[in-house]
Amino acid sequence: MEIRHKILVLDDDADWLKLSSELLTHLPSKPEIRTVTSGARALALMETEPFRLLICDLKMPRIDGLQVLAIVRRRFPELRTVVLSALEDEEFRSRAYALGVDLFWLKTEMQRNLQMYLDCLESLLGRETDGGFRGIQSKSLMDIIQMECLSRSSTVLRLTRGALVAKLWIQDGELIDAEAEGTRGETAFRRILAWKSGTFENLPAEPNREHTITKSVNALLLESAQAMDETANPVEPESVEQAAHRKTIWKLALLTRENAEFVIAAPAEGRGEVEALGTQSVQPLAHWTRRAAEVARRLGEHIEAGPLTHLGAHNLERQLLVLPREDKSYLVGWPPNVEAGPLLEKSKKLIASWDS
Amino acid sequence: MGFLKRLFRIRSRAAVQQLPSGSIAVDREGNVVTSTVSSTYSKDLLRAIGRDVLVLFREAREAQMPLAEVNIHFVSLCITARELRGGAVIFLFPQTALSPLPT
Repeated sequence: MEIRHKILVLDDDADWLKLSSELLTHLPSKPEIRTVTSGARALALMETEPFRLLICDLKMPRIDGLQVLAIVRRRFPELRTVVLSALEDEEFRSRAYALGVDLFWLKTEMQRNLQMYLDCLESLLGRETDGGFRGIQSKSLMDIIQMECLSRSSTVLRLTRGALVAKLWIQDGELIDAEAEGTRGETAFRRILAWKSGTFENLPAEPNREHTITKSVNALLLESAQAMDETANPVEPESVEQAAHRKTIWKLALLTRENAEFVIAAPAEGRGEVEALGTQSVQPLAHWTRRAAEVARRLGEHIEAGPLTHLGAHNLERQLLVLPREDKSYLVGWPPNVEAGPLLEKSKKLIASWDS
Repeated sequence: MGFLKRLFRIRSRAAVQQLPSGSIAVDREGNVVTSTVSSTYSKDLLRAIGRDVLVLFREAREAQMPLAEVNIHFVSLCITARELRGGAVIFLFPQTALSPLPT
């Protein structure tokens, strides 16, 4: 069965997005097109869905295109990236290429040379079949190095991970030199082994390369594996931060998937911090949420109407739902065009997943 | 006989408060201007409903989120309030097993 690749188009201009996605439907491989208007939503979506190609604008509010690309290079090194910008500044072009983008295209040029633009995109979508190590997803770098050494081959392995490039020199199955991030020898080799993913390329052997590594490759691999084990087990502050970041991204993805605008979790005053995603005015809304739940609860007791189940509200801009819980109250914001009927169930589901 | 009277004296029963049904209009001060709720229902409680609904609208405005309508869902009563130039029109629907599911 033919694989339909997914393309994510990120631009803050909704009209441009519409036009752009319409043009992409003319690609011969008929990829699936998704569009987003903010960098945060794009990142959240990429966490949940595999994309083959990201087409990104540069000038955007809050998170600009370069910031998005920097994150993408780090988190999704396999993703092909294209910058489609109206900024005709060479500085931006070089900065984008420095971040490892596959293609930089001007919006004006795209309109002039549409066919060429589409051909380039099609080529990027199909490059997977051109060979190299990009396709070996289930093998770690250790496996690849061991395979090269066991087959007693002589080669130079060029490894790329986003903007980072490293090289390993293997001669007659022996690792003789390594170069990465400004380091050489065993230090460089250890750094390279920490890479979890990337792309690999075999270059011709360089038999005259200076030997900087004297230990056997198996000894080095063993040492590195032990070192990685030791660093992976203790919970360091950085990994806690990463976990928090991952959780935030996951929650953003949840919001995007459910098409909700924002969620605020407001614990009772002085009983913890407000947690919010998707809105700037966190404190005023959290205060209103608490107060609304409190006023409604008190009213329910006063008129003997039973416990408060929920509170809904709307104005021209959005629909709101307050879900009171024992320890905190939640406020979920929905766009005005979302059907009101299933809103309560959708909000409950969202909150249940949010808290899980 | 006095002994028997003490045994069979009718104890004061707990009053079961009826839930209000109908609509009321409250001005910006929270005074009930018009009402279709049964006159047997406590005026004080109606005023309390009006006052609390206005609090919700006012505090939402203060949070830079003016609201057009608020629906408060209790297990046995649903209150729908529409903002009306600082005051509100409030609809009160007692909930029964046959009531439609809340949205």
